[in-house]
Formats: sequence, structure tokens, C-alpha cells
Amino acid sequence: MPVPPELRYSKDHEWVRVEGDIAALGITDHAQEQLGDLVYLDLPEVGTAVHQLEKLGEIESVKAVSDLFSPVSGEVTERNEEAVKAPELVNQDPYGRGWLVRLSLSDASEVDKLLTAEQYEELVAQEWAE
Amino acid sequence: MPDGESLRRSPLDEQHRALKARMVPFAGWSMPLQFAGILEEHRAVRNQVGLFDVSHMGRLYVSGRDAAGLVSRAGTYDTRRLEPGQGHYSLLCQEDGGILDDFFAYRLAPDRFLVVGNSASADRDREQIQGLLEPHTNATVEDRQKTTVMLALQGPQAVETLARVVGTEATQGLPRRRCTETRWQGETLFVSRTGYTGEDGFELVTSVEPGRALWEKLVAGGVQPCGLGARETLRLEAALALYGNDIDTTTNPWEAGLGWAVTLDDGADFVGRAALETARTRVERHLACLMALGPGIMRSGCLILHGGEQVGRVTSGGYSPTLRASIAMGYLPASLATEGTSVEVEVRGKRLAARVVPRPFYRRPAA
Repeated sequence: MPVPPELRYSKDHEWVRVEGDIAALGITDHAQEQLGDLVYLDLPEVGTAVHQLEKLGEIESVKAVSDLFSPVSGEVTERNEEAVKAPELVNQDPYGRGWLVRLSLSDASEVDKLLTAEQYEELVAQEWAE
Repeated sequence: MPDGESLRRSPLDEQHRALKARMVPFAGWSMPLQFAGILEEHRAVRNQVGLFDVSHMGRLYVSGRDAAGLVSRAGTYDTRRLEPGQGHYSLLCQEDGGILDDFFAYRLAPDRFLVVGNSASADRDREQIQGLLEPHTNATVEDRQKTTVMLALQGPQAVETLARVVGTEATQGLPRRRCTETRWQGETLFVSRTGYTGEDGFELVTSVEPGRALWEKLVAGGVQPCGLGARETLRLEAALALYGNDIDTTTNPWEAGLGWAVTLDDGADFVGRAALETARTRVERHLACLMALGPGIMRSGCLILHGGEQVGRVTSGGYSPTLRASIAMGYLPASLATEGTSVEVEVRGKRLAARVVPRPFYRRPAA
């Protein structure tokens, strides 16, 4: 699956889609593939304040659990209840129906510091090479 | 993750890579974690049929006039009782009764046994059996882990699938835990009606080249290749003990529910017998099956609490694709290890409500 060029990425394999002053975020296709079949998402409640690079929640596959870090700061405005009920959506459509939460951005400049699609592709290529 | 130079490769390594398996280090081997995905593979085994490469398992052939006595002394089950064509589960113990490995012993002929143990313990098993050889013992121990392939074909369609490929001679009427030897591509093919998934199925051993051909033929015929991930979720649902997790050198076999693997009634001598006679009278805990009542996955090492007090630890845990909930096993004091007991399991700082449920979690539907 190609890395969508319009999104920004974190080194922890999350993506961010800016929609005005709201940011939708999820995990990348590479991340879901590495994690394997997802069975449980622990996402923050609406209204939770999150800070950039701090723990946002947990994402658990059949074989392991991983922390989810927020690529940006803000307040949770929405979480994907459909994905909480059916975590396989994240495996099937990580950039679409498998989004995780929406945040109201508290500092839009944080987004600019995230990786571009090209930079993220390079990061993944490096990981494969290792 | 880098494979490292020192990892042993399965004779089917090329086949796994051709199928784009995700390989992981496991007990010193590079083995497939998954092919299509753990859930898909798990469901294939529960509903149709799946194929596992288990060539990392230990395979010792013990032959000679004293083979039966030798295998019997090495483990807790009196394998002298087995008729040719029968197999039984047994435990390899040290003198103090601590379990060093669990294995399956198959009697192929009156004077020939196949002993299948865990990959991590293969050397130890061989050393223990060889260590029991005395100058007058008429028996030889041959390690065929390197020269053979071992496969597990598991699932409700295993019988018809194997019959289609190797013929019905080996499969027809072979009861559970029985074994036989047949021919496949001009070589001997060991076939047993056993497995580690809770489903019907077979375990198969043959030389490397015919083993590769058998793997390829089964996969080409539509059998789902499966990796270690599904092997783990399947055995956990079947509540089968995993050496190193649920049983180790500190385990009392009766607490693990494995008393049926220990023969004490006929006076048979084996390593650890005296200690196990005592252990049988000191059963204080039981390996209990737990099911989580909400989201979150219990994993090995998690604390088990009752009334706020720590009462045990999860020895094996994970997600059950069949029950769509987290399941786990762990030792609980006998008074708590009863169906319906409510406990809490601490998962990464949070306490999940769980309940003791009957063992196993999954039992295959009667045929």
C-alpha cells in the first residue's frame, strides 16, 4: 500500500491528516503490518488533553501490545468507535476507516515538524534494511 | 528483526520465504511466525485444515532390545505399556522431580521408539536418555532432527486431505494417539494422529527431500500454511501446557493437570520417581483457565488477584479468536481454582475482571 502523500507522519509510525484546526490520526500501513492482526484498541475518551509525543493509548495485536504516541498536542474531539468495536478495520484500511482519534490542534506548527510522506518512506526503507 | 547468523534454519526455509512468511527467531531457530495472518490461519485450522512446519521439534529414534526400558526410565510414563502403533505423552524430569521437558513417545515396533520433545530441550533430552545407557544396554539413540522434516496437518479436513495426498492406507481408521509408518516418494513417512491445536489431525516425519515435496504438495492443494502465532493461539484455546510457560522445573505435574502422564502404580523406575511420589501428596495449586470479562489481553507474567491479594501469575495468556476474548492459564490455590471464581488480572497497571472457566477453553465438536 503506498504512503498517502497528503499526510504527515511520526517516527512512531502514526499519520496525521489536518482538517482545518482538527487533526485525524491513525497508524500507518507499515505499522499495522508489523503489529499483525489487531484485537484491541485502548483510545482516550473525548475531552482528554494530549501532548505531543506522550502516550495516547494502547493498540494490541494477537501477539503483542504497543503504546500509541500522539504526534501532536490537542484535545480529543472524537474517537473511532467503529474501530474500537472492530479493530481489524485498522488492518484493512489504516488510512481510511481505520483512523483512531480526532484532536483539536493546540499548536498547528507541530504538524510542520512531522515527517513528509517522502521522509517517512525513507524511514521505513531504512528499517527494512536493518 | 535481524535473523542473525547463528539461527538454525528449517529444511523448509526456502519454502517459507517463497510464501513470504514473516520469520522470527524461536528457540535458536528461524521459524515462520505467520503466513496469511494469525487469525486467518487460526480459523483455517478450526474450520478447514492448516499445515505447520514443526521441524524445530526434537526427534530421537531409540532402537534396540532395551529401547522400551530406556525410554521408560527417561520419562514419567511407563512406555513399556505401549503396543506398537501407540503413543503417549510423558515428562522428562530431573532427580528432584523438576520437569525438564515434555515429550511424546511413539512405539513404532517392539524395539523401536520415536521421542518427540521441544526444540529448546532437544539436546537435554538426548543427553538424559544417553546418560541412562549402561555398558550392557542394548539400545542406540539416533538424533534425526537435522535429517528429517516434521509437519503437523491439523483441522477437521485433515483426514481427507492427507488421504488425498499420501493415500488412505495410513490414515484410514488410525485412532487418536496412534501412529504408523507408510511410504511417501520412496521413503518412510511416520504418521501419528496427534497434534497441538485441539483439532483432529496428524503429525508427520520424513526425510528432508520428501518432506519438502509433501509440504509443497499440501500447500499447492490449498492447505493453509500456518506459523508459530497460530500454533500458540490454538494450543492456548485447547489449554495444552507449553513447556517453559505453564510447566518448568518448579512444576508439580498434578498441579498442572498432567498426572495422567506419570505412572506410579506399577513400580516402574524413572528419573525423579521418588520426588514425584511425594509431590503427588502435596497438590496445593491447580493450573486454572481464566477468561477476561472485558477488553484487554492477559499475557504471561500478569499478576492474578483475588480480594485485592496476589494469588498467582498468568503462565500463558492471549487472545482467543474463537471466543473473541482474552484467555489465560495460571496457577491458583486449590480453593480458588474452581469454576466461577472471580479474579482480577493486572494488565499494564490496569485490573481486568476475569473468571475461572472449565478447561479447555475450546473443545472440538464431536464428529
